[in-house]
Amino acid sequence: MGGRRWLVFLAFLLVVFAQGRTLRIGLAEDPDILDPDLGRTFVGRIVFASLCDKLFDITPDLKIVPQLATGYSWSDDGKTLTLSLRRGVKFHDGTTFDAEAVKFNLERSLTLPGSNRKSEVKPIESVGVVDPYTVRIHLKAPFSPLLAQLADRAGMMVSPKAARELGENFGRSPVCSGPYKFVERVAQDRIVLEKFQEYWNKDAFAFDRVVFLPIPDPSVRLANLQAGDLDLIERVAPTDLGAVRKDARLKVASAVGLGYQGITINESNPKPLGTPLAKDVRVREAFELSLDREAINQVVFNGEFVPGNQAVPPTSPWYIKELPMPKRDVAKARALLKEAGYDRVSFTLMVTNNPQAIQLGQVIQSMAKEAGFDIKLNAVEFATALDLQEAGKYDAFQIGWSGRIDPDGNIYIFHACGAALNETGYCDPKVDEYLNKARSTGDFAERYRYYKLAAERYLPDRHIIYLYHPKWFWAFTNKLSGFTPYPDGLIRLRGVTMK
Amino acid sequence: MWTYLFRRIMIAIPTLFLVSVMVFSIQRLLPGDPALVLAGEERDPEVIAYIRSKYHLNDPLPVQYYYWMLRLLQGDLGESIRTKAPVTDVILQKLPVTIELAVLSMVIALAIALPAGVISAIRKESVFDYLANVLALSGLSIPNFWLGIMLILLVSVRLGWLPASGYVSPLEDLGENLRRMLMPAFVLGSGLAAALMRQTRSAMLEVLHSDYIRTARAKGLRERIVVYRHALRNALIPVVTLAGLQLGALLSGAVITEQVFTIPGFGKLIVDAVFNRDYPMVQGVVLFTATAYILVNLLVDLAYAWINPRIRLGGKG
Repeated sequence: MGGRRWLVFLAFLLVVFAQGRTLRIGLAEDPDILDPDLGRTFVGRIVFASLCDKLFDITPDLKIVPQLATGYSWSDDGKTLTLSLRRGVKFHDGTTFDAEAVKFNLERSLTLPGSNRKSEVKPIESVGVVDPYTVRIHLKAPFSPLLAQLADRAGMMVSPKAARELGENFGRSPVCSGPYKFVERVAQDRIVLEKFQEYWNKDAFAFDRVVFLPIPDPSVRLANLQAGDLDLIERVAPTDLGAVRKDARLKVASAVGLGYQGITINESNPKPLGTPLAKDVRVREAFELSLDREAINQVVFNGEFVPGNQAVPPTSPWYIKELPMPKRDVAKARALLKEAGYDRVSFTLMVTNNPQAIQLGQVIQSMAKEAGFDIKLNAVEFATALDLQEAGKYDAFQIGWSGRIDPDGNIYIFHACGAALNETGYCDPKVDEYLNKARSTGDFAERYRYYKLAAERYLPDRHIIYLYHPKWFWAFTNKLSGFTPYPDGLIRLRGVTMK
Repeated sequence: MWTYLFRRIMIAIPTLFLVSVMVFSIQRLLPGDPALVLAGEERDPEVIAYIRSKYHLNDPLPVQYYYWMLRLLQGDLGESIRTKAPVTDVILQKLPVTIELAVLSMVIALAIALPAGVISAIRKESVFDYLANVLALSGLSIPNFWLGIMLILLVSVRLGWLPASGYVSPLEDLGENLRRMLMPAFVLGSGLAAALMRQTRSAMLEVLHSDYIRTARAKGLRERIVVYRHALRNALIPVVTLAGLQLGALLSGAVITEQVFTIPGFGKLIVDAVFNRDYPMVQGVVLFTATAYILVNLLVDLAYAWINPRIRLGGKG
């Protein structure tokens, strides 16, 4: 009994001392289910970054580096990927990470009912265990984006024992092998993680506890940081950056994101619309020429984002330099409309009903008006907008994509014939051919060439008019150091310390 | 008394049934498909199909209702589509928070409204009366989100007196809990106080002009006793009615104030659930708060009898 009492006292002391080593992070939303195979929100990935290690990770300049895998090699035909695994890695429940665990996890991603990872690892045919620390992944066809998928949720390794025991409820008390383990979650209030003492690289992590607090309102999130109730916040609103930069107690970090925002134009979903905008590429070109991307960025986002005209930002190595951003040209736009036989063209632009999207819509509306477009704005709640888009009940929709590490993730599903997120009805077998070829090779120059060939066909069609690339902004107390911004917007705590 | 209670509870059953049908169907009249929202950005068709079949979203509405009722009658509100957490657990997690915020706000509201209302009535058209009226009007017209953010900026960011937001359980740390609840409860309470104060004032004025008060004064009772023992007690009836309605409304969550102060109560829960088309969560919470509302109203009716013994419940007494 006496020993127990001492333990309790020690635990109490630990809690007291641990207070100073707790990091409090303000999130912009409440994450969804904390199961890497079922999770689907960006904000959930921020929590996973501390909770679940992956086979691979990325560097700030998007190179793929080992995490739980220590090395890899592709077979000559590009259909087999062999991974060597890190030794001495434990899951949070004390079980060992090995080749069997990798096999279990990849098969779970492929077969768990409702798995959101299935489409990401679909090319996997089978997974073989070579020895306890080597696995061989066999693919149905060469698929070079696989490494990038394994550097995201599909590569997160959960404890097979816990996954079997907890089944569908795994996400309520996840067991992974990351630097922090799950303690508790109060819906819409907090998620608490605590340092995993058997983590293979535990010295690189300074905090004993990490608490994630979802605070959706950006100004309230910032006020909490300013009041010292939070140490770090994500997604600072561009309009708040001025105030943050002036505050000597705070620091800001930023990174250009992987995603884009643009206008998706319905051509033939579910059948040809027959409107001038849908049927005549000259009308769409005129519309694009009426827009000034720089001005949009200045007016709506205080110049904080990055204007762009492709699925990847101009900072990406996959940006096709030969297809630069067109300048605004109202005279040419008017001429094109005339050539197409129209004096004025009207259509409805659907935007989501948040203030920023509506403002963006209004700026687009007034710019296009000068070139002869009468745009009606239709501000719709997000879930409804998705429904309308899926059903093809829209002319044009201002929407974007959060972005993936590999360019395939930003391009294929939107432009390939009948692909999952191709809501425009665009279909060009040539584009499909190039995109598939780009998937089948790992060579950068060769892939770049295929992406260029594809872009030369789908960009001029303008069924998606890319407008800008959001940047991630973090703000944190000036006592915090070692924070590295990553283009995927996640918060990696390795090397982060607090004075 | 007991027959009265029994009758009230019997009336509550069809009411709740109606509520359940309404929340179930109105929600499904909304455009937007939960499967689409839940399938995430990728919207994998297989995932969409799986969610639709798992949550019976393809079945006709009466069949869906039947599945929900079947579980409900076994005391199971289902699970959140979004987080897979059982709805009952989530409600129980949020219930103490919601009740605490509601009660604290009500206490603050009454603490402001009752004295202010009584004094304004006694000193009608005095400086105090005008001042109280102006304050009440501002309390009614200042939006909660604005007052909330201003308070955070002043009290937390500038002065550093109270934490900006968040919630700590009273079991964990009572002092910290109160420090965090003070601002949100004040924001909510000040808004409610305005209406309550106006109600108290007008009820008091009416009562103070009635015959029995004149009689009481004529008997030579001290003014304090006349006001507090004779007048206030009678004037409280409409005030209690209003406070009861307000408390019932508070129990269904204070959406905006909870958002601003990130208090994890029902308001935030239900708004998020609606936007995510998390049907079981919305249904569970609405049904639960409807029950709470009916209960509070029942308590208010019982309180009438206590405040004014002339009111007898159920005829006999």
